[in-house]
Amino acid sequence: MPKPKMPKSAPSLDMTPMVDLGFLLVTFFILTAKFRPNEPVLVDTPSSTSELLLPEKIMLVTIDSDGRVFFDIHGKDVRREMINGMIERHPELKLTEEQLKRFSVMGMFGMDLANLGTYLKEDEAVRAKMDQMTKGIPTDSLKNELAEWIQEGYEAFMIDAQNKGISVEDLRDDEGLRYAIKADGATEYEKIEKVIDIFREKNIFQFNMVTTLEAGVDISAESE
Amino acid sequence: MAEIIESGGGEKGGKKRPKKGVVRMDMTPMVDLAFLLLTFFILATSLSKPKTLEIIYPKEVENNDEKTKLADELATTILIGAGEEHLFYYHGKFDPDTTVLQKTDFSKDGFRKVLLDKNRTINERVFELKADLNSKQLSKEEYEAQYKEAYSKIVNDELAPFVIVKTIDKSMWRNVVNAMDELNICNVRKRAILDMEKNEQEAVEKRVTELGLPAAKESSND
Repeated sequence: MPKPKMPKSAPSLDMTPMVDLGFLLVTFFILTAKFRPNEPVLVDTPSSTSELLLPEKIMLVTIDSDGRVFFDIHGKDVRREMINGMIERHPELKLTEEQLKRFSVMGMFGMDLANLGTYLKEDEAVRAKMDQMTKGIPTDSLKNELAEWIQEGYEAFMIDAQNKGISVEDLRDDEGLRYAIKADGATEYEKIEKVIDIFREKNIFQFNMVTTLEAGVDISAESE
Repeated sequence: MAEIIESGGGEKGGKKRPKKGVVRMDMTPMVDLAFLLLTFFILATSLSKPKTLEIIYPKEVENNDEKTKLADELATTILIGAGEEHLFYYHGKFDPDTTVLQKTDFSKDGFRKVLLDKNRTINERVFELKADLNSKQLSKEEYEAQYKEAYSKIVNDELAPFVIVKTIDKSMWRNVVNAMDELNICNVRKRAILDMEKNEQEAVEKRVTELGLPAAKESSND
């Protein structure tokens, strides 16, 4: 029997396909990943069987289990426009260019106007603390800042859409601004109703309630 | 790290031939890095995208003409009390003396059964519609369009039952969403969210003590 010939060099494996696959997946995940902005509150949304995806262009009002209200709107340019509108409305709100920039890239916020300037000036650690301490955006009828944010947000969205040349038909269809409410399952309905009533005063009646998916049910099978 | 493996040549002595070499690179570090990134992105990507439940609230109507037009026998009302389990329903019109509030929940055999029973004819028509459209072999868009139109006709039928969800200030949001979800599942499109009447609230409280249900948590902020 001939002696098996041992290879001289160390055994090596052709890893090219594996690497190809690895990088393909990396590329895929890099491209599809979207970084979630820091959310100031944790909200445990109720589950539903609805499979509708949350639209992208939304004005999102978040209500945590204590009834604190946070506000967010999609799009950097829209936010910039919105804060400008808000400053016009409240000349006492003085923000530097840097604060404006930070506001436009920031996610959700739940500050009243009096504290917004400080909030935007501070660094992340302080902001996280302020998020915990805050009472949310005021919604009471004396100082209804949420209504003002909604109004300014809507106007800013419209201006932005005009700048981008989106037609009226598209706005009515898929491209329009949707209104989403994300509330904790344990929130009292009173708090949500209050927010909804503010929207209704602005003639907005259709809402997307943010939920997590639970397994769907087929009633045709069940009713047999 | 790159090495050249020499194959052949040299051994035979005599004439020196140009070296035939296969360039091989040690790819381990690169692979390590690639998989590190891969792991990171897999973990950092949120897999479950938030879903949404569409709810359309009615315009504030001052006169109650619309409401009274609906026949009482088609109405079912679900009352959502303060506690997690404070869920009751009744059919028809509320009468503080005779109406018995039925305890219910959002499990498979709870409120859904009641609704399916009530909404039987509508559901059957929806199934028929689905079967009918499926047999026609339509393209997806055609299917969607036809289904949507026929569906809305069926569920908005004059004789379709309607459900009123009644809440109080302390009702839990989760219960309201669940109720709306049940209505979606059972093809009940005629619906409304209203505030509970005073006498209904009293009835709920009475029933809660009767059944000895756990009271609502005083506050959820701890």
